[in-house]
Amino acid sequence: MMYAILCYHEEDVVCSWSQEQDDAVMAKLAVVQERLVKAGKMGASLRLLPTTAATTLRKTQEPPLVIDGPFAETKEQLLGFYLVDADDLDGALAIARDLAAANPGGAYEIRPVGMFFPDQRTADRKTGT
Amino acid sequence: MTTPALTDPDWISGTLTAARPQAVAALLRYFRDLDTAEEAFQEACLRALRAWPVNGPPRDPAAWLILVGRNAALDGVRKRARHDPLPPDDQLSDLDDAEAPLAERLDNSHYRDDVLRLLFICCHPELPATQQIALALRIVSGLTVKEIARAFLVSEAAMEQRITRAKGRIARADVPFEAPGPVERAERLGTVAAMVYLVFNEGYSAGGEPSRAGLCDDAIRLGRLLLRLFPTEPEIMGLVALMLLQHARATARFDGDGRAILLDRQDRSKWDRERIAEGLALIDKAMRHRRPGAYQIQAAVAGLHARARTPEETDWMQIDALYAALEFLQPSPVITLNRAVAVSKVKGAEAALAMIEPLTPQLSGYFHFFGARGAFLLELGRHQEARIAFDRAIALANTPAEAEHIRAQLDLIQSRA
Repeated sequence: MMYAILCYHEEDVVCSWSQEQDDAVMAKLAVVQERLVKAGKMGASLRLLPTTAATTLRKTQEPPLVIDGPFAETKEQLLGFYLVDADDLDGALAIARDLAAANPGGAYEIRPVGMFFPDQRTADRKTGT
Repeated sequence: MTTPALTDPDWISGTLTAARPQAVAALLRYFRDLDTAEEAFQEACLRALRAWPVNGPPRDPAAWLILVGRNAALDGVRKRARHDPLPPDDQLSDLDDAEAPLAERLDNSHYRDDVLRLLFICCHPELPATQQIALALRIVSGLTVKEIARAFLVSEAAMEQRITRAKGRIARADVPFEAPGPVERAERLGTVAAMVYLVFNEGYSAGGEPSRAGLCDDAIRLGRLLLRLFPTEPEIMGLVALMLLQHARATARFDGDGRAILLDRQDRSKWDRERIAEGLALIDKAMRHRRPGAYQIQAAVAGLHARARTPEETDWMQIDALYAALEFLQPSPVITLNRAVAVSKVKGAEAALAMIEPLTPQLSGYFHFFGARGAFLLELGRHQEARIAFDRAIALANTPAEAEHIRAQLDLIQSRA
């Protein structure tokens, strides 16, 4: 089963980290990621730019409305995500716990992935689009 | 497994830094006095450093700091009776029930106005620019007086005095504590943006010197704060984009000996791609509003440089056009001078020289004028005149790096002679 591990944290706090603090977190996370890569469980991992760079397309009207800023104003923001392959929720939680140990604060939302089309997407689904 | 670091002083300090603008701003609303608000926040931080490692961090650090800071300050001034009683702060860490409604109120109604008021106060029109910058760095960014003094190359005592004087002026100026109306807000937003960019330039123009280079990060943080308060203001997007794109080149701008490296000789692999990506994303967003402004245009120029993988790929035509727009919007000899550099690439040094000739009286004390003039003359092979221009430039250099750069140009003439 594929799980998305969505990383939520207060953007203010993360943006207040010095370069050294940020590098230290990234280095610790890299150790966890490396382990997952070796085990063949690691899919994409992304770090998002700050929500101030975000634009939202609201579909509630026609044509959809384009708004500056993130979709939801929340205390903690979606700052990135991992795609991992785990046997079950316990497996995904174990990975999230390892990540959490390397990167304190905030929260991880573990979401099972319904559809995932890696590289062959365009080849396999050409007719579908 | 033990969870690390949430109780680690380093991490707590990150949280305190992040919570600072909101907490100080809210405390200022209660006490209407900068000194009291600042002291209350500092007291709350001290208590956080004692309480959080034991009780764990609160759910909403800013709310905790505001409550505890208010409590502490009220204790201090013995005005308890005039306010609601508050719980003792050693109980606050796990007071989710008390925090939640407070946090709610802060988020929904006051956050934006509080932080705005704080920023506006720091940029009070009665304060000279140097005091605005010092005050914003002290109050909003939380730099120590020592750090600010070092950044501005003045003594700690002098900086302390500058900040005290600024606070005194504000206290006397009878600052309104109501949220500013939309018109006033728009007017003062321009002042705040200008202050943020001044902070940035203090860091940027300092060259590789680390104590001042940190000011760029502080300015970007202030800019992002402003952008969260005004997420639809294209000029604020432009301002943050401009700072990010310029700061992206920080590590490539100087060589090992602190000598300036010009844009076309910089190692572009050293440019910070993440800052560039964020800057370009912000320009993209800003352009959609079709309300061009000076920051947006300058950011667009910086964006064109950032997009070019080699100096030869630079789209000088576009840069020339953008500077022409900037000249129209905000005429200034310095902008014309910048445009002349683009013109020299598009139409040649002759045209550029003709363009800056009329600026001589206005820019006769400006380092970059003679630097550019010398470069154009050198390109045209007019070595004797170039030498005179470069000599003037050296006399006007603001930093050793600038002088060093011109000296290299003079050596070049020497070698060609």
